[in-house]
Amino acid sequence: MSEKRFTRDHEWIEVDGGVGTVGITAYAQEQLGDVVFVELPAPGKTLTRGGEAAVVESVKAASEVYAPVSGEVTAVNEALAANPGLVNEAAESGGWFLKVRLSDPSELEDMMDEAAYRAYTEDAA
Amino acid sequence: MTDQAAHQAAHRGLDLEEPLLFDFGETGRSGVDLPDPEPVASRLGGLERTAPIGLPGLSEPQVIRHFVRISRNNYSIDGNLYPLGSCTMKHNPRLNEKVARLPGFADLHPLQPESTIQGALEAIHTLAHWLRTLTGMPVVAMPPAAGAHGELCGLMAIRAAHDAAGQNRTRVLIPESAHGTNPATAALCGYEVDPIPGNARGRIDVAAIREKLGPDVAGIMLTNPNTLGLFESQVIEVADAIHDAGGYFYCDGANLNAIVGKARPGDLGVDAIHINLHKTFSTPHGGGGPGAGPVAFSEALAPYAPLPLVVRGDDGFRLVEHREGQGAASFGRMRAFHGQMGMFTRALTYMQSHGADGLRQVAEDAVLSANYLLESLKDDLSAPFDGPCMHEALFDEAFLQGTGISVLDFAKAMIDEGYHPMTVYFPLVVHGAMLTEPTETESKQSLDRFIAVLRKLAAAAKAGDVNRFRDAPRHTFRRRVDETAAARNPVLRWTPPTPDAQAAE
Repeated sequence: MSEKRFTRDHEWIEVDGGVGTVGITAYAQEQLGDVVFVELPAPGKTLTRGGEAAVVESVKAASEVYAPVSGEVTAVNEALAANPGLVNEAAESGGWFLKVRLSDPSELEDMMDEAAYRAYTEDAA
Repeated sequence: MTDQAAHQAAHRGLDLEEPLLFDFGETGRSGVDLPDPEPVASRLGGLERTAPIGLPGLSEPQVIRHFVRISRNNYSIDGNLYPLGSCTMKHNPRLNEKVARLPGFADLHPLQPESTIQGALEAIHTLAHWLRTLTGMPVVAMPPAAGAHGELCGLMAIRAAHDAAGQNRTRVLIPESAHGTNPATAALCGYEVDPIPGNARGRIDVAAIREKLGPDVAGIMLTNPNTLGLFESQVIEVADAIHDAGGYFYCDGANLNAIVGKARPGDLGVDAIHINLHKTFSTPHGGGGPGAGPVAFSEALAPYAPLPLVVRGDDGFRLVEHREGQGAASFGRMRAFHGQMGMFTRALTYMQSHGADGLRQVAEDAVLSANYLLESLKDDLSAPFDGPCMHEALFDEAFLQGTGISVLDFAKAMIDEGYHPMTVYFPLVVHGAMLTEPTETESKQSLDRFIAVLRKLAAAAKAGDVNRFRDAPRHTFRRRVDETAAARNPVLRWTPPTPDAQAAE
C-alpha cells in the first residue's frame, strides 16, 4: 500500500493495487464541524480529477468533495449513510468516502505527502 | 407530572412556556358546536378515511393563548437591534403598513379586469420607475418573489439571450465568498459553477477572472458590495472582461442598501440585478410577509425579461401577458401573477416618503453605522480585513483563539444579553466569520449599548469565563439545541405518548 497523499482541497487518497481509498482529512472535518449528511456517487461513476465526487454536509455548511484523481468509482462507504459522524470520529480511516480505480496513477505525483500537508494546514490556520 | 403541569412549572415570570397543541388538545373538543352531519354516500371509491383523524380539539381561548404565547418567543426588529449580516434588518415604517392596507390596494384580486385596477398598475409602474432610476437600468421585471427567485429570473434571461444568439455556454463564474443561493441558482439553471478565489484584501482580482474566461462562460454572479462587506473596487474592469468574453454580468443585489442612491449598478456594467424589497426598501421579512425580488435588466437582457410586464399605453396601464410586442422575446412566465402587491405598495411608500435624497442618506447612514461598529469593536473582537467597510462589519474568531470558546458559543451568549446573534460562519471564506449589519435605523445609543455588550462578552471570553459561553443561552425556554442530533436523527412528526408512559405518571 502506498503512503497517503493529500490535496490542497483537503482530500486524502491511499492507493493499494491500483485502487485508491478517498476521504476528507482530519483538518477538513474539524473545520466543517459535526457532519450530518454525506452524498456519495454511484459505484461505476467515472470521476475526473478536480471534479465533484461527493458532497459533505455539516451543521455549518454543505461542501463539495473533489476527486483527487480520475477513475471509476468501485465502492462507497455505505456506513456513512447511517452514521455520518464517522467522518468526525475517523476522517482518515473508517470515515472514508469512496474507492476509485485510478485511470492515471501519475496524478498522484504532485500531491502532498503527510508532512507537507500538515505544514500546509498550519499555514492556513 | 403531566406535560401541562410541567410546562406551567417552566413559566418564567410573566413569560409563559407553552406545549404543542397536540400535547394538550383533546379529540372531540371543539370551539364551535355544529350538528352532526347527515350520513352521506361515499364517492371516494374506498379511499375514504376509516380511522379517526386524531387532530387536537381546542377552544377559542386555548388557540388564542397558544399563538400569543409562542409569538412572544419571537425576536423581531420591533423588539431590538437585529444584527443579522446579509439580511438588512431595518425598521419597517408603519406608514408602509397604512398604505398597504388601503382598500384600493388591499382588496384587489389579480384577475380583476385591468380597467378596475389602474391605480394598482400605476403603483407597480411607478415602483419600477424608481427602481430603474436607482439602478440606471432600462427595464425592471417585477414578478420574482424573493432574492433567490430574482437570481433565477436573471440567469433564465441570460440563458435566453445566449440561446437566442445560438450559443451553448455552460459555465458560470462565482466568487468563493458568494451567497449560497448563487451557485444553487446557476446549478438549477443547468450551469456548471466555477469558483473564483478572493485576494488577501477580501476582494476579487480581475486577473483571477480573466484566467477563467472562455467561450463557454455564460456569465458571472458577483455581489457588490460583497459578502465580506467590502466594495469590489475592480467591478468595472470585471464587467468589461466578462463582456469582452461574450458573457453577462449578474449582480447579486442583496447588499444594495450600502449603495442605494450613491452608485447605479447600470453604470458599473451590470446586466441583471435583483433588488430585495424586504431589505433595502423596508418591507417585512419572513414571517412578516412575503419577500419581493424585482430584477433590473440592461439593454442587452431587457428583451428576455419575464411576463407579465406592466406597460403604459394611450388609454392607461395594461399587462403584457403573452409573448407579443415588448414581450415577444420574453423567456416566459415564472409565477402565476405579477408579483407581491403588498410589498410593492410598502416599498413605494418607503421610497416616496424618503425621496431621492433620503434614500442616499439611507446608504450613507448604513455605512456609517457599520463603520462605527467596526472601529469600536475591532480591538475587542478581531477583524480579518481593514476598514473602511460598507454596510456590514465583519469580525472573525481570532480573538477567541486559545479561550476554548467557539464563535457559536459567543453567539449563544449574546442571546443571554438580549441580542439576536449576528450571522455566524458566513461567509465561508473567513474562519469563524461574524457578519454584523446594524442598518441605518439604529440610533447611536442603540449601537453604543450593543457595542458595550459585545465588549463585555469579549472581555469575559478572554478572562476564561468559559462556562458562561458553553452553557449559553441560559435564560431562554429552550437551551442549546443539539443541531447535530436534530440533523442526523430528525423527529419529523408528533407521536402520541405510549400507554406505558401514561400509566407511569
